[in-house]
Amino acid sequence: MSTARRLPPKKRDWSLRSRAVRGLIYQLIALAVIVLAVWFLAHNTLENMRVRGIQSGFDFLKGPAGFDIGEMLIPYDALDPYWKAFLIGVLNTLRVAVIGIVLTTTIGTLVGIGRFSHNAIIRGLCYGYVELFRNVPILLQLLSWYLLLTEWLPDPGEPLSAFGLFFLSKGGVTFPVPVWGMGQALAGIGALVGLLLAWVWKRMARAHFESTGQARPVFLPTLALVIGGALLGWALGGAPTGWQVPKVGDASVEGGSALTPEFIAVLLGLTFYTASFVSEVVRAGIQSVPRGQTEASGALGLSRGQQMRLVVLPQALRVIIPPITNQYLNLTKNSSLAVAIGYPDVVSISNTAINQTGRAVECIAIIMLVYLSTSLFTSAVMNAYNKRAAIKER
Amino acid sequence: MDTFQPIAARPSPVRTQGLLPWIKRNLFGDWKNALTTLVMLGLLVWWLPGIIEWALVKSVLAADSDRCQAARGIGACWGVITEKHRLIIFGRYPFDQQWRPGVATIALVALLMASCVRLFWKPWLALLWIGVLGLFFGLMHGGFAGLAVVPTDRWGGLPLTVLLATLSIVLAFPLSVLVALGRRSKMPAIRSLCVIYVELIRGVPLISVLFMASFMFPLFMPPGTSIDVLLRVLVGITLFTAAYMAEIVRGGLQAIPKGQQEAADTLGLSYWQAQRKIILPQALALVVPGIMNSFIAIFKDTSLVTIVSLYELTGAMGLALNSDANWRPFKVEAYLFIAAIYFLFCFSMSRYSLWIEKRLSTSKNR
Repeated sequence: MSTARRLPPKKRDWSLRSRAVRGLIYQLIALAVIVLAVWFLAHNTLENMRVRGIQSGFDFLKGPAGFDIGEMLIPYDALDPYWKAFLIGVLNTLRVAVIGIVLTTTIGTLVGIGRFSHNAIIRGLCYGYVELFRNVPILLQLLSWYLLLTEWLPDPGEPLSAFGLFFLSKGGVTFPVPVWGMGQALAGIGALVGLLLAWVWKRMARAHFESTGQARPVFLPTLALVIGGALLGWALGGAPTGWQVPKVGDASVEGGSALTPEFIAVLLGLTFYTASFVSEVVRAGIQSVPRGQTEASGALGLSRGQQMRLVVLPQALRVIIPPITNQYLNLTKNSSLAVAIGYPDVVSISNTAINQTGRAVECIAIIMLVYLSTSLFTSAVMNAYNKRAAIKER
Repeated sequence: MDTFQPIAARPSPVRTQGLLPWIKRNLFGDWKNALTTLVMLGLLVWWLPGIIEWALVKSVLAADSDRCQAARGIGACWGVITEKHRLIIFGRYPFDQQWRPGVATIALVALLMASCVRLFWKPWLALLWIGVLGLFFGLMHGGFAGLAVVPTDRWGGLPLTVLLATLSIVLAFPLSVLVALGRRSKMPAIRSLCVIYVELIRGVPLISVLFMASFMFPLFMPPGTSIDVLLRVLVGITLFTAAYMAEIVRGGLQAIPKGQQEAADTLGLSYWQAQRKIILPQALALVVPGIMNSFIAIFKDTSLVTIVSLYELTGAMGLALNSDANWRPFKVEAYLFIAAIYFLFCFSMSRYSLWIEKRLSTSKNR
């Protein structure tokens, strides 16, 4: 029968009983409420600004900042405009966040694996570390590190020293740096070239392994290529040996390169706090790998280190990556607490700018924008990595 | 013909239970294990006497700053706690009235502990909450029965910490359920509003929300009105917590099979009936540990309000010591003291969370 069933013609039902119509009405009401609220707040803000004579707009960013900043990655002085001060704040935030993420991952993974150690003392220590550090507020930990660094260490005039090269005092850590020149630049390029060659070697070794089943060493050649490349570059640049070594002066350690106590306190505080959470994430990930996997790899004759590295961790990564991303974001956001101990991150700079110019709305908008974009960027990168590590289902 | 030769009896099985086998297995399993144990024990023997000597033997308990000064670097000065503990715990609250925050805090903490016991999960618990919160505010603020009025800017220390954490979680919870439901709604406008709210708040640090509450909130209000700083900060923390909790609740909602909603629709339940009677009871039971965790997180995060000049536990400690040159050098001991208070609260909450996780999953582990 060709005149098969036809669907009845769709009738638009405009009665209040229709779910679609009610949904539309609810949404319109919600939007209206939000628009009204925003309009109310904006109106009040403008009115208040007019009454109090507060100027608005981002034009102040071009004016001179007029305050000094304790540490910076790019040259700056008090006459430079505000936008440059903000830029330095952002760079300082990123510096502590990036180094913190690397250290946190290392410590967190080690402690997380330590919870499975055969040795009861190691297990107990790792457990104690996690419970101690995650149950005390990060702000208190930052303040404590700062106190330890600035009160309990010796004065800069008579620092603790290691081999006469590294100095530790209330003024921070001072260490020797090579005098920057052609040789160092070439060494850096050489190391990069070595890394590239190592990558090629790794792919070749993998192809060889897959076609013949014979494993070729990867780690040692990589090391050799990178170090060799760096040495070659250094030799080509004339093998410079100039080092800027710090010396103990009258009231401070002079020369070399230095890390301020503020930076070290923020870094240590963030790292140890977040690592306690990361280690729990790693532990949960390892626990999610069935025991049979460990036992089977043991039966194949892999050592405990190999079992962990080759069998358990790659499978655990799938469970670990999403929550560890959250911890990275938390670390970045918690770096804003640096304001409490005077590390010049973006929040601290904004705070000074608010006090000087009174442009609270603009400065807070800048803070939020910086953190929002950092968060979105981090989660985009981690999502991409997650896709690579996720289980390949056919 | 060979004579019958019985096989020699096997040795009796090695004991695997008890203390000695445990030590053998966990401390001296093989040579690497034994070496680690010995090194660790060596470090312990090396460090422990010094720590005990500093914390206990050579420490000064009396509130005597001269003796503390003499013991510097040799023994801990617990005298700073003896001297300043009331300032640290109650902040700037008038000294002779401090029994009031004391009683109020004990009542609130007792209520929190009672709410953890399943026996008390009855409708009258809500009434008890209203009563105790009323008592808390009444005692703290005063203004009746001959109690002097204490404005909120004098409140501080532990009472403020407990109050901020409790109120923000209690207020944030209903908001977070609404936002989580909104994020799963089929209505695009409502869904995108909820997504924007959650992602915006989760993308920025708490401190920027607090800055907003303290610098921008006054600008938002109609000219001439002023809002108490405690209330502003509370609104900020609540909005912040609600965004994180909404994600936890959403996780619970996602774990409920679709059939539950469809079955509820088939029975003719309306949207809200279905959520209230079918979906939410199951989803919320799943997320209790997550909510406990966010309570712990908020309890720790209340320490940030000290940056916008509200003197809760951390801020009160700074206030108590910074102004007093005699005691300022002994900040480390004071830090250890409040760290111990935070640890006590947070550790017991995380233990409770583990316990309740076990209790709630009994139906799954039959």
